[in-house]
Amino acid sequence: MIYAGILAGGKGTRMGNVPMPKQFLTLNDKPIIVHTVEKFILNNQFKKIIIATPKEWLNHTKNILQKYKLDFAKLEVITGGSDRNATIMNIIDHIDTNFSLNDDDILVTHDAVRPFLTHRIIQDNIDEGLKHGAVDTVIKAIDTIVESKDNEYISSIPRRDYMFQGQTPQTFNAKKLKQLYNELTAEEKEILTDACKIFSIRGEKVKLVEGEIFNIKVTTPYDLNVANAIIKGSIDQ
Amino acid sequence: MINQVYRLVSPRQFEVTYKDESIVDNYLIVRPTHLSICAADQRYYTGTRGKEAMRKKLPMALTHEGVGEVVFDPSNRFKIGSKVVMVPNTPVENDPYISENYLRSSKFRSSGYDGFMQDYVFLNPDRAVQLPDDINMDVVAFTELMTITVHALRRFKQKAHPRVDIFGVWGDGNLGFITCLFLKKLYPNSKVIIFGKTDYKLNHFSFVDETLKIDDIPHDLTVDHAIECAGGKGSQYAVEQIIDHINPEGTISLLGVSEYPIEVNTRMVLEKGLTLLGSSRSGVVDFERTVEIFKEHQDIIDYLSTLIGEVFEVRKIKDAINAFENDLSNSWGKTVMRWKI
Repeated sequence: MIYAGILAGGKGTRMGNVPMPKQFLTLNDKPIIVHTVEKFILNNQFKKIIIATPKEWLNHTKNILQKYKLDFAKLEVITGGSDRNATIMNIIDHIDTNFSLNDDDILVTHDAVRPFLTHRIIQDNIDEGLKHGAVDTVIKAIDTIVESKDNEYISSIPRRDYMFQGQTPQTFNAKKLKQLYNELTAEEKEILTDACKIFSIRGEKVKLVEGEIFNIKVTTPYDLNVANAIIKGSIDQ
Repeated sequence: MINQVYRLVSPRQFEVTYKDESIVDNYLIVRPTHLSICAADQRYYTGTRGKEAMRKKLPMALTHEGVGEVVFDPSNRFKIGSKVVMVPNTPVENDPYISENYLRSSKFRSSGYDGFMQDYVFLNPDRAVQLPDDINMDVVAFTELMTITVHALRRFKQKAHPRVDIFGVWGDGNLGFITCLFLKKLYPNSKVIIFGKTDYKLNHFSFVDETLKIDDIPHDLTVDHAIECAGGKGSQYAVEQIIDHINPEGTISLLGVSEYPIEVNTRMVLEKGLTLLGSSRSGVVDFERTVEIFKEHQDIIDYLSTLIGEVFEVRKIKDAINAFENDLSNSWGKTVMRWKI
């Protein structure tokens, strides 16, 4: 089975003084998460689309889905975890409890705040996810990446042609991810904020899928302005 | 949902634009899978459509020949995943006498109204016709072109006299090929003669009864009815020859689009009592009839598959540009884009 997990765990801390988590802010007068979920609904390969949100925003999430008439049986809203990976684990546990997890089940995880993704990106994730244990959506690095371990001096500058910027979706064999995650120590869990990295450091291959430069993450007020400008700029003249 | 619409913004330049659409809004939503390029698209792509039209109609998504899969249907007419052909004509009113494709108020995709080069296409629920599941999607990508013929033949049947011993088709391009093929299927007892000028194109017409070069037509040859599929300035020469060779009270169906006004020998039109029957575009009924013909004549799809020039997998805008550029250098056959963007 193919499942989607929409990660709406953000509490909007990076959004500054806004009154609610960023996934609920509006893009062209519609909450960002609604835009994102709609795109997933149109891919009919998903058995379930599971939205994980902070506990206190669970009802709000259900309410806005209803308000925008997204009352589909394949949509489910659950409580997320304390961090990104814990949220993904909650989704996997939810699948296991309710539909029992199979060896070849895959989970396409996606940031609720990346509403610009395309059919192609989702489809490539599904196609590659069925072949590989893990898939990451990336674009070639545009800027040179500079590494500094002390925040003061450059420690290294990796070759740009080897560098990619990570986006989402990220797709995993759900059972494999759970197994690898459970093998981590508490300390490792703290550092490994990216689920693909869990595969990578265990020597598991992670397949790359090409993202799009416009598949931006709306994380800051600036991003929100950019996203609104992108949409309004191309509305029918 | 934010829908990506790949619009032509100026000659040879596509850009992705974003349109906010609500999926729960009484529209049938189709994921395009196979699109085909038409000469009309090329006139926009290359900018030969004329400055005024370009300024007025761009930015606009191109292509009006395409098929796809239903992903959402509020009317529950289609099963999710059904293969459908999309109808580019979009009427906004009903008329008891005038067909939807002749109503001046109708909108037509990739002519002032976004075509099918989109992430998802939002259609009025009646603007799609179901295809058989196992059909060759590369071929049916250009169903719309076939509906032009089917529409013209339907009008012909309504308006022409019923003696149909010999049909003459002028024009050895894609439309001429399709028209000859459908004539042979719909009028199996009639003789179909193709009139063309290019040997390598005429070689494809293996199913017609006779092939004639336009500079080598026997003086005494006559046809009961004629269909003009030449287009451009060639329309004038074709109509001239047709008037010479058609029997009295015959019908001349005009299908070829000409950018220029052409001269017609009206003296002989009057003397022979001819009917000039104009035809343009098509409506849902023509799509339905065309799909029925696919089912009734299974071999038609094989014949039509020989019309496919090149097939491109389009995953990025530059792949679409590549398909359009290649199509320009092909004087025969249809270019199909497998829409994977």
